[in-house]
Amino acid sequence: MSALLEVRDLSVRFGRHRTLAVDRVSLTLDEGDRLGLVGESGSGKSVTALAVLGLLPETATVTGSVRWQGREILGLPDRELAKLRGQEFSMVFQEPMTALDPLMKAGRQVAEVLGLHRGMARGASRPLVLEMLAAVGLADPVRIADSYPHQLSGGQRQRVLMAMALVNRPDLVVCDEPTTALDVTVQARVLATLDERLDDAGAACLFISHDLAVVSQVCARVAVLRHGRLVEQGTTAQVLGAPQRPYTRGLVAVASLEHAEPGSRLPLVDDFARDGGAS
Amino acid sequence: MPRVVLGRLLTLVLSLAGASVLIFLVVQALPGDLAQVMLGERATPAQIEALRERLGLNRPWVVRYLDWVGDMVRGDLGTSALSGLRVTDLVAGPIRVTGWLVLWSTLGSILVALPLGMWSALRRRHWDGFAVNALSQFGMAVPAFLAGILLVLVVAVRWGWLPANGYVPLARDPGEWARHLVLPVVSLVLVQGALLVRYVRSAFVEVLTEDHITTARSVGWTKLAALWRHGMRQAGLSLVTVLGLQVASLFVGAIVVENVFVLPGLGSMVLRAVVQRDFIVVQSVVMLLVVAVLVVNTVVDLLQAVLDPRIRAKEQR
Ligand SMILES: Nc1ncnc2c1ncn2[C@@H]1O[C@H](COP(=O)(O)OP(=O)(O)OP(=O)(O)O)[C@@H](O)[C@H]1O
Ligand SMILES: [Mg+2]
Repeated sequence: MSALLEVRDLSVRFGRHRTLAVDRVSLTLDEGDRLGLVGESGSGKSVTALAVLGLLPETATVTGSVRWQGREILGLPDRELAKLRGQEFSMVFQEPMTALDPLMKAGRQVAEVLGLHRGMARGASRPLVLEMLAAVGLADPVRIADSYPHQLSGGQRQRVLMAMALVNRPDLVVCDEPTTALDVTVQARVLATLDERLDDAGAACLFISHDLAVVSQVCARVAVLRHGRLVEQGTTAQVLGAPQRPYTRGLVAVASLEHAEPGSRLPLVDDFARDGGAS
Repeated sequence: MPRVVLGRLLTLVLSLAGASVLIFLVVQALPGDLAQVMLGERATPAQIEALRERLGLNRPWVVRYLDWVGDMVRGDLGTSALSGLRVTDLVAGPIRVTGWLVLWSTLGSILVALPLGMWSALRRRHWDGFAVNALSQFGMAVPAFLAGILLVLVVAVRWGWLPANGYVPLARDPGEWARHLVLPVVSLVLVQGALLVRYVRSAFVEVLTEDHITTARSVGWTKLAALWRHGMRQAGLSLVTVLGLQVASLFVGAIVVENVFVLPGLGSMVLRAVVQRDFIVVQSVVMLLVVAVLVVNTVVDLLQAVLDPRIRAKEQR
């Protein structure tokens, strides 16, 4: 039996002469798996996710293989991929402030996803939309549904985005730093909701974050990216508890800033990364 | 919403008032004297003075201004001192000619620019998108009168397919009316359309790179469908503004093109009136053009408030 998602030697290059943004990355997710993808800013996390969904701009050259339930989807025409997106896999984006259409009411944006894949008329989908908005933890779904994005808070927008990504019960949800733009208390509640909804649906999740605490809360396994390459992969306990690579050790040390002495020099990832990521 | 409308209408009235003062003052400052022109070179100063008195030219300018504006508000554009005809009657024919010209040119430019601009935005990394872009740059650089003259030389003179100049009213002969309008409209569309292509292109390039288009694609819209469902309105918002400005510049362009094609429109009428120092005609016709442009822009502003919930929200505060 083939895995749900199998990424082999995925490489992404922007422009003709630029360096690789993602360099021979391989990942596997089975049904219901939760894999965390961590790394510093610019390490290629978002590019990897967008490459899997076929959402990179035309300037990107993607090579390697992305198999969805055994079927190669890399290089599939946009029309074919569009049928899978939102239905079999979907994505929650990093920036809730700009990821929603500013000119369309939130409820209608969720309803569209239902209409798109299930051919549901707008009136018929309304109860489902409200139910979904309530399920992602929005207290007043009717009001939210009839609001434009600029009338919602960051946390509310992120929940609307989650509703859009989850409403068709996809088998895989890619979450690209879904809580980074939110403040800490909101972050914890949004994460808890996401956790519940993924459990309910039995959906697999590729969870991108640079926050190790968040990843350890959501994911069973972790993969570490550096300069576009995977440097370490394993269960969350292994990777974060007993990191093998110096770079990962650095990430863990930088993450545990609460243990830092006031006034002492904070550790930098590079202090630990003398191996140059050449793995 | 009613407050938005009220605010825009107030702005419109204030701009009209400002524009009317400006037009009046500029026309007064034009050199030359109507009485002199009417009486000819050999008139005595006394005769000229008497005529000035009779025409009311010796009253203070504030009085003459208020007189003019008061008449206009009542729908009276004044009476030409030279011909003794009412300006409203004089203007009836030319306004149709210019109106048709501007209307068809606007529609024509939209029809040409929308698909071409979208195409060149979507295909901006391919040779065909690039070619559209380069062509539009070239089209923009050509003045409308030059395009007009070239069209006359080739299509009218060389091939003899269409009349080189003149105008036939729609009521008299629709076929001939259309034939006479083709070349003037095409020369305006070439230039205005090229300009519009560039605006459409940049509006859509901007929309294409928006995050929410990627979101729309991530839930299952194809690239084109995402652009259609979630990009059109946004691009439309910026384009509506541009169109308002385009109509204004089309009126100016129309005046030039009317001269090339000898069309009896408002442009030729104003130019003739300036030469003859028939100031009331100049004043009133220019004011008419300004009213048209300002009204179009007010409608554009209102449309924008209707289309964009963010503007609506801001206005209500
Ligand atoms: N559209 C693009 N064109 C050119 N280069 C790009 C593009 N998108 C990303 N890159 C480059 O690819 C590399 C990886 O970027 P990516 O967005 O995946 O980082 P990230 O790990 O998601 O970082 P962050 O945590 O800040 O979101 C970066 O060096 C970036 O400059
Ligand atoms: Mg990112």
